[in-house]
Amino acid sequence: MTVRGRHAAPVARPGLVRPRLGTGHDRPVQPAAAARPANPALRVGLAILAIMVLFCYIGPLIYRRDILQVNLLLSNRAPSAAHLLGTDPDGIDVLGRLMTGGQLSLEVGLAAGLLAAIIGSLWGAIAGYLGGAADAFMMRVVDAAYAFPVIVLLLLLTAIFQPTPELLVFVIAGTSWLSTARLVRGAALTLGNREFVQAVLAMGGGRLRVIVRHIAPNAFGLIAVNVSFQIADAIVVLATLSYLGLGVQPPSSDWGDMIAAGAQSIYSGYWWEIYPAGAAIILVVVALNLVGDGLRDRFAGSPIGY
Amino acid sequence: MITYLVRRLSQAVAVLALVSLVVFGFRWLLPGGPERALLGAGQTAGDASALRHAYGLGRPVVLQYLTWLGQVLHGNLGSSAVQGTSVGSLLVASLPRTLALTLTAAVLAIMIAVPLGLVQALGKDSALDRVLRGFSYVGYGMPSFFLGSVLILVFAVRLHIFAAEGPQEPGIAGVLADWRALTLPVLTLAIFTGAIFARYARAAAIESLASDYVRTARGAGAGPRRVMARHVLRNSLIPVITLAGLSLPQIIGGSLVVESLFNIEGVGWQLWQAALKHDFPVLLGFILVIGTAAVTGSLLADIGYLLADPRVRYRKP
Repeated sequence: MTVRGRHAAPVARPGLVRPRLGTGHDRPVQPAAAARPANPALRVGLAILAIMVLFCYIGPLIYRRDILQVNLLLSNRAPSAAHLLGTDPDGIDVLGRLMTGGQLSLEVGLAAGLLAAIIGSLWGAIAGYLGGAADAFMMRVVDAAYAFPVIVLLLLLTAIFQPTPELLVFVIAGTSWLSTARLVRGAALTLGNREFVQAVLAMGGGRLRVIVRHIAPNAFGLIAVNVSFQIADAIVVLATLSYLGLGVQPPSSDWGDMIAAGAQSIYSGYWWEIYPAGAAIILVVVALNLVGDGLRDRFAGSPIGY
Repeated sequence: MITYLVRRLSQAVAVLALVSLVVFGFRWLLPGGPERALLGAGQTAGDASALRHAYGLGRPVVLQYLTWLGQVLHGNLGSSAVQGTSVGSLLVASLPRTLALTLTAAVLAIMIAVPLGLVQALGKDSALDRVLRGFSYVGYGMPSFFLGSVLILVFAVRLHIFAAEGPQEPGIAGVLADWRALTLPVLTLAIFTGAIFARYARAAAIESLASDYVRTARGAGAGPRRVMARHVLRNSLIPVITLAGLSLPQIIGGSLVVESLFNIEGVGWQLWQAALKHDFPVLLGFILVIGTAAVTGSLLADIGYLLADPRVRYRKP
């Protein structure tokens, strides 16, 4: 099956296999054993992620500032030697807050992205495995959930429940596993019909053996690619919720929260309260997308087209 | 084709039934149970019993659901627990602003995305393609509220070209007339959606350039301009327009953020305020309408695609 088979046709729905930028999507599948070209996307993506993790976790040990004490005498100061990125409306150091707030963004994003991928993989694999009426019903549930904009569902859920980081992980994962479910179900159906799987079955291999030894390893690449996109999306969704005032509650704060605080006094032109947090989000999300695309390249040639 | 249409229609009906069940089911999740949440603050015992009567609470759940469905189908979505006005009238008041915003942005996004996708496909892996791909990465990774804030900082606060607040006039004509206020919100939404569309347009154009009909047209002596205009452009436009129909939920989600940032009292703004004020009748009523619109939009997009693609249209069953 070539990559440009039916699944890559431009009818592709949002949420189905997203056409990623260039790499792998419009390239013929290489033989699995062929020498792999250098994978700059993966390297650059991982490097940016490593830097951001160091920045958020090691940074506060070097750049020590009190990021909890509100001090209105210091509010909205422009960047200076004492405050490298200035201060926010509460008089808190922006760079210091960027580091600690980043921990929350990264942790909630990682947990929610992983959880979404797990739920989606299980749902999709079970639907593809059962087939028939169960499959049809499970996929209609996915269709129905797709009809609601994620952010609107999140608004409702965070209005019902008091948002804590743990709750946000479940709520974000609970609304974003749909694309993974469709993807994995498609892969389970495709893999089930592949010659090597049929051959194993014909030679007397049991169903469990097929699933554990053949289907799971081959679907692993697909899921790994999807996890990085899920984490990227979860970070943006968390930031959006915080921006709307329905994310983590004070004194906790994340990057979306910081932009929201800056946007309140946007007419005063305090750019340092908005640009750094935005840049941090974009860096992490672009890096995760690069990693996803790089992984896709790396797994290209496996039995399921990407 | 008829079989496909019937199957697709029955799927849509099944999905709509699930959507209504989900929205109906949400009221048991609400704090204080369905009565409290639907009435809101300042309720009296009389109110509660009137509500119980109106909604048929206390009767079997199936009957409650059918009563509720009947009311919804008659256009009765209940009334706001905070403002007291009917959910339907809030929707009617806010819908024109959102329509003006999203439609303008969707058209603009397609006008940006399709030519970009074509240029990228023609020079695939060229320097320009790489640069545009980079932009598309950033456009996709950038949260729309950040993009909007940057646009406000640059074009409203620093350069004073456009207004930082969206149009406040009611009605589609009023919104569209206020171009100084409309530009930044539309631009924010269009860049956000355009980045998604451009990827699909690029993939569609690459596919189209390598297809048999383009080869045939070239073989028949059609010049590059004719091939582009009559074959590649048209065939890359169709999937993007279909995609626009399918991305209705994402566009509504994006417009919610843009409306909150630019203070435009549209559908998304109402939803946001309802969430902040715990106004559950408004939240649930709006969500039901949006869900129904999304299912219908995806159905129409599929049918539109079917009608637009001659290979599907003329296929013998």
